[in-house]
Amino acid sequence: MSKRRLTREQIAERAALELPDGACVNLGWGIPNLTAAYVPKGVTIYFHSENGILGMGPRAKKGEEDFDLVDAMKVPVTLIPGASFFAQEAAHVMTRGGHLDVCMLGGLQVSERGDLANWRVPGAKGAGGIGGAMDIAVGARRLIVTMEHTSKDGARKIVKRCDYPLTAVECVNTVITDLAVIDVTPEGLSLREVAPGFTPEEVQALTEPTLRYSGKVPEMPIKIQ
Amino acid sequence: MTPKNKIYPSVDAVVADIPDGASIMFGGFGGAGFPNNLIQGLARKGSKNLSVISNNCGTGDGELGILFKNQQIRRVTAAFPGPGATYFQQQFDKGEVELELVPQGILCERMRAHGAGIPAFFSPVGVGTEVANGKEERVIRGKRYILEQSIGADYAFIKAHQADRLGNLVFRKGARNFNPVMATAARMTFVEVDEIVEVGTLDPENIVTPFIYVDRIVVAKGLRYV
Repeated sequence: MSKRRLTREQIAERAALELPDGACVNLGWGIPNLTAAYVPKGVTIYFHSENGILGMGPRAKKGEEDFDLVDAMKVPVTLIPGASFFAQEAAHVMTRGGHLDVCMLGGLQVSERGDLANWRVPGAKGAGGIGGAMDIAVGARRLIVTMEHTSKDGARKIVKRCDYPLTAVECVNTVITDLAVIDVTPEGLSLREVAPGFTPEEVQALTEPTLRYSGKVPEMPIKIQ
Repeated sequence: MTPKNKIYPSVDAVVADIPDGASIMFGGFGGAGFPNNLIQGLARKGSKNLSVISNNCGTGDGELGILFKNQQIRRVTAAFPGPGATYFQQQFDKGEVELELVPQGILCERMRAHGAGIPAFFSPVGVGTEVANGKEERVIRGKRYILEQSIGADYAFIKAHQADRLGNLVFRKGARNFNPVMATAARMTFVEVDEIVEVGTLDPENIVTPFIYVDRIVVAKGLRYV
């Protein structure tokens, strides 16, 4: 039985299954941005960008780029039928005003009550940057955080209380990691799925707050090579 | 009545009277919609001690980078200074430039408010975070909000696709971004465009920024930094 944690691409592949057909979705930097490539066939997603686009399609092919048509990571993209352009403040009417169905952000820490820290590592060099993350976190109808379950040095990232600078409080609905799918509920964190080959006890050992689950926790429907 | 001539012969003529200490907004996001020719003109003009407002702080020498490189900027309000903002980061580390970091949607909403005559507004963004430090907090209908001040500037430097001779503006795709709202929030708005057309040519249904917000127009070939 495999004991390999999911890759970043596999986290994105799992996260893509959370997107309902026809949803308007914003993807943040990092693993969230990889998710667009894994939307299942037959599902249409209207991807939103903070610079004023709803209905982004795949990346533009080499030689066909239009550098006025870029996503929030400066990548030249295409449009799908039904797309529209608008201004930055209107793009944030959508984020803050609760008009987007699902938003995905990367995470440095998520707390058991759903607080998110994702914009600055304490003590890191440089000015840091908030970008659109705070507006998105506050306004998303459903906020999914995709991230590695633990940091590079092994520290737990799902914690009782975030000690990194916060992005927003009580905003996260679901966390998808290389080990688990976890929902934030009023009763605490609920373990919905584990990565193939892992047990709930193994996930709990790498998670600071207590995870709620009962009986056999299903494995994520992701094929591990 | 003959409309005031807003069309300038050169970028340098547009920026010729920008004084030291001016506050200036700059449009642009993700490499698109930056008024790069006006920025280069301001670098040549050399106005110092500027207070600038922009989503980010430059890409190498490009976008706002050249103004940081020339040490023309004293204070910046931004949402995402950016990993490519080499000169800003160096000066920030040395304490030579002051930074106000603002959530991006709040940055443009503060501009929108200023342009619309609203001095301040309550917002849910940043509640419980360091963005809330020093701001009035109030519970409205059971939820926590913080008071955000509107933000204006002496000048907005923006980029549009087309202008007519009155100053009505049309933008192109994602290059619209911050440009229209900045035009409403500055005392004077200077725009660089790809093309100027005759009045009556642009479809009124498609005009994003009406001429009332535009003061100076110059045609300048798009410069882009990736």
